[in-house]
Amino acid sequence: MLDDTEGYVTEDGRKIGGVVMEMKNITLRFGGVVAIKDISFDIREGEIRAIIGPNGAGKSSMLNVISGFYHPQEGEVWYKGKKRPGMRPYQVAQQGIARTFQNIALFEGMSVLDNVMTGRIRQMSTGMFAQALWKGKAEQEEVENRETVEKVIDFLEIQHIRKTPVGRLPYGLKKRVELARALAAEPSILLLDEPMAGMNVEEKEDMSRFILDVNDEFGTTIALIEHDMGVVMDLSDRVVVMDYGKKIGDGSPDEVRSNQAVIDAYLGVQHD
Amino acid sequence: MPEQLLFASEVFLNGLMAGVLYALVALGFVLIYKASGIFNFSQGVMALFAALTLVGIMEGRVPFSHVINATFDTEIHHFGWHVPAFAAILITMGVMVILAYCVQRFIFRHLVGQEPIILFMATIGLAYFLEGVGDLMWGSDIKKLDVGLPQGINTWIDETTFDAFGYGFFIDNLDIYASIIAALLVIVLVLFAQYTKQGRAMRAVADDHQAALSVGISLNFIWIMVWSVAGFVALVAGIMWGTKSGVQFSLSLIALKALPVLMLGGFTSIPGAIVGGLIIGVGEKLFEFAIGPMVGGATENWFAYVLALIFLVFRPQGLFGEKIIERV
Repeated sequence: MLDDTEGYVTEDGRKIGGVVMEMKNITLRFGGVVAIKDISFDIREGEIRAIIGPNGAGKSSMLNVISGFYHPQEGEVWYKGKKRPGMRPYQVAQQGIARTFQNIALFEGMSVLDNVMTGRIRQMSTGMFAQALWKGKAEQEEVENRETVEKVIDFLEIQHIRKTPVGRLPYGLKKRVELARALAAEPSILLLDEPMAGMNVEEKEDMSRFILDVNDEFGTTIALIEHDMGVVMDLSDRVVVMDYGKKIGDGSPDEVRSNQAVIDAYLGVQHD
Repeated sequence: MPEQLLFASEVFLNGLMAGVLYALVALGFVLIYKASGIFNFSQGVMALFAALTLVGIMEGRVPFSHVINATFDTEIHHFGWHVPAFAAILITMGVMVILAYCVQRFIFRHLVGQEPIILFMATIGLAYFLEGVGDLMWGSDIKKLDVGLPQGINTWIDETTFDAFGYGFFIDNLDIYASIIAALLVIVLVLFAQYTKQGRAMRAVADDHQAALSVGISLNFIWIMVWSVAGFVALVAGIMWGTKSGVQFSLSLIALKALPVLMLGGFTSIPGAIVGGLIIGVGEKLFEFAIGPMVGGATENWFAYVLALIFLVFRPQGLFGEKIIERV
């Protein structure tokens, strides 16, 4: 089913492209603790790729490696066919990899609109002096970026809170604003760190819908980490399963579901 | 109008002008505090350093001449040229940007994520270091700074008020110019923070480092930029105060006057710094005028601090400070 260059077609008929990002033999240690041990997997264009695993499996560490917050001791990260050199997180973001955080990292004092606008910083190229003088190109740029941002805000149905300071919003909405900010960057890969964590059933359904819609509408490649097995299986095209820093499974949701190692490590402790 | 009321209005106006100068110093504090959470104790010394450098460049003094002469047994003090004020201000600004880069590169880059108290201690260290460097570079004598700002009584106001009320107001030209420049500076800074990419990035960094990184903002660049802007504000404050009372060590003590201003206005608000400065300026002048004679005068030394103390009790976040919203 998989081919390095060709891609594949999903069950619901979406065409998945070639490899955008490839992790090769990643090992990450914190002192004596091995958080990730020799893990390889790839992310393909247009797919929803999930990384799952029990608590402490190293999922978040993996996401932090992809987004440049952690630097693995061994292994290589390949992005768009090139080996990525060691990079600072902001440089990774400038390359078109946007992310959200497990514990929400928003600019609490700023309005929703301003928060989402910060997502466009990568697309704003005008220098400081032109910006300061607010002339010609800078103005045009601001208007164009504003249009994209408004589109995203509409799409995620947060128009009614555009001017509200983020600090005043309830948890579920904050999560959505964070998604909006990441989406505003028009990323090549969108990384979501536990997008459903701490949400009630209704909010989870909303979030699932948004993730699917984003993928469908903009063709955004999405890599997400999730604790909640049920949600992940419904959402994703392919799933990596981690346990104690090791990869124990990789494949379509059905393949993963029937993988004995996965069942032992994860599904063995079903609680619903 | 009764004599007493006229006199009070004159005191009021002079208070406003003094307040503008306080606000100018407070502004530098607010900028750095907003963007990096660092309470920059060295802001006053930065103003002194900027003023010293400006005078040094304008007069064509040789930097570190004492050290050079002592080491090589030479007798050089001046290059023998005079740099026009405008060019000297530009060069001094360049020096302040280099200083901002060094501060970030050699001090605060190594202290990312440390406790606020440690960052504060670092700025105290920086203050003394900078003071020493300033002395070493340009000598410790009191210098006269004249960038061409008019000084002395504004005769137009004096005559107009005399014709109207029979009592001439004494308003210093320098204070008028300082107010205009400060107002312009504030407008530019507010526009910059609210409406430009870098300004937005600055506010973003102030709010959440991780989130800022994740949208592609370089913390290092923003911090260097903020220290440069604070350096620029320090330069403007240094010019105003230096012209008023000479460039000397006591210039760095104006930082202490900025503290009550910040408590009043809030540590995170640019308009707060301005309003706080005006309230303190007017408050202490009027208090001295009205109450001073009854308690033996010299109330200007403590009035601002007492006012700040009262504010701390009733409104700890200041007039314009961001109220801490904590969802439970």
